[in-house]
Amino acid sequence: MSAASGTAVLAVDAAPNPWFSTSWVVDNWGTIMPLLVQHVRLTVVSVLIGAVIAFPLALLARRSRFLTGPVLGLSTLVYTIPSLAMFAFLAPFTGLSETTVAVGLVLYSLVILVRNFLAGLQAVPADAVEAARGMGYGPGRLLAKVEIPLALPSIMAGLRIATVSTVALVTVGVVVGQGGLGQIIIVNGFSANYYRPPIVFGTLACVVLALVADQLLALLERVLTPWTRTPTSPARTSGLRSAEPVEVAA
Amino acid sequence: MSVVGDAVLYLNDPLNWTRPRGILDLAGQHLQIAGLSLGIALVIAVPVAVVLGHTGRGGAITVGLANVSRAVPTLAILTIFAVTPIGFTIWAPVIALTVFAIPPVLANTYVGFREVDRDVVESARAMGMSERQVVLRAELPLAVPLMMTGIRTAAVQVVATATLAALLGGGTLGSVIRTGFARQDNGVVMAGALLVALLALLTEVLLAVVSWAVTPGQKQVPFTRGRSRRPVDEPVDLPAADGREDLVGAGART
Repeated sequence: MSAASGTAVLAVDAAPNPWFSTSWVVDNWGTIMPLLVQHVRLTVVSVLIGAVIAFPLALLARRSRFLTGPVLGLSTLVYTIPSLAMFAFLAPFTGLSETTVAVGLVLYSLVILVRNFLAGLQAVPADAVEAARGMGYGPGRLLAKVEIPLALPSIMAGLRIATVSTVALVTVGVVVGQGGLGQIIIVNGFSANYYRPPIVFGTLACVVLALVADQLLALLERVLTPWTRTPTSPARTSGLRSAEPVEVAA
Repeated sequence: MSVVGDAVLYLNDPLNWTRPRGILDLAGQHLQIAGLSLGIALVIAVPVAVVLGHTGRGGAITVGLANVSRAVPTLAILTIFAVTPIGFTIWAPVIALTVFAIPPVLANTYVGFREVDRDVVESARAMGMSERQVVLRAELPLAVPLMMTGIRTAAVQVVATATLAALLGGGTLGSVIRTGFARQDNGVVMAGALLVALLALLTEVLLAVVSWAVTPGQKQVPFTRGRSRRPVDEPVDLPAADGREDLVGAGART
């Protein structure tokens, strides 16, 4: 109850400052909800646009060896730039808007996705491609029916990493005032006299959001790749045995 | 005048570099925080990873930790440590950064040791090497490339995250960006972005060179990697980066 003073910016020194407060969450739901929605929106938009750009890039990079190096090198370069700097580079042009955050996040997810898409496509067995060609598959059909399905585990792994990283990165958008749950952590918590409940709630919400998104994508992967879950045990065990480092779990 | 022009103007003013809390001051503290964090993380993570990798225990936890750490926003952990009693000391960011530097070092070092060909280990034992010698003379040299990948990831990560400490009142290079936003001066924002990005890139290059120098055997010139090593992540059923070795347990991004 006493923690209901959460919205008060000027808390006196003696004011309670618990690590978690359910009443703060309830009382401030009206503030939390739009920011949560913004967080999800920024994540979804960034990963989707990133994927749409990454796919043709991966195809191009696969096509010619001359492009593979520059594409991967450039992606390493982009990935090295800290997010705060990235948003600062963009802010003078796109202002203190959600666009600034989205463009930066698209670039990061793009980097992760290009690498994974490329790795997936390159790992498609040459035999499968040969066989499909022999059966009269044209390039388009080959890609859609053979290569993409076989690359799907790698593609989905990329999407999962990109999504989880993006959820965490949205918080830095607070520097341009568009940080989703990061706004709660910094504006409602840190800048409001170091008030802890919003800080801890925002952190937990971010982690939960990331894990939920990850599991949803894992589910999608299972649905999209029915052939990978063979219910018959022999195939499973032999698959496990051939992949040596699985003993990691022991 | 253009934003870039303003940024150059800001960077070209010696006073902006040398005054108290100028660029040199901030860069010094930035490197101090990053260096301390990386150092502590190495002292903790490397021995643990070597023991786990040598004995083959705790792999799931190690790799899982690296994956989970990706989901935790660095800014959030920095903020949480900033509101503890140590909040106003340098230790708040140092501890927060250490937390994020440990998983990539741990996971990559572990996998590096685990991936050493069992035949090599057997031969080393058969030659009469003690366990200690097996670790130091047989496994370590073979594990160095992946171990250095982990350290490089952690170093770049730490340098990047130290920037964020500026949002919480820390005196790192991120302060330049923060000041720029506060003054609504895009030139200063851009100057800060350039400085921070440059520092991160320098860290990456430096670590790539160190990694090249300490890797025994056939040398490959830095930045031409890509085709040489196989991915090490196949069996991990977590989103542990397919394909690229330096995304394995890359930890959280900043």
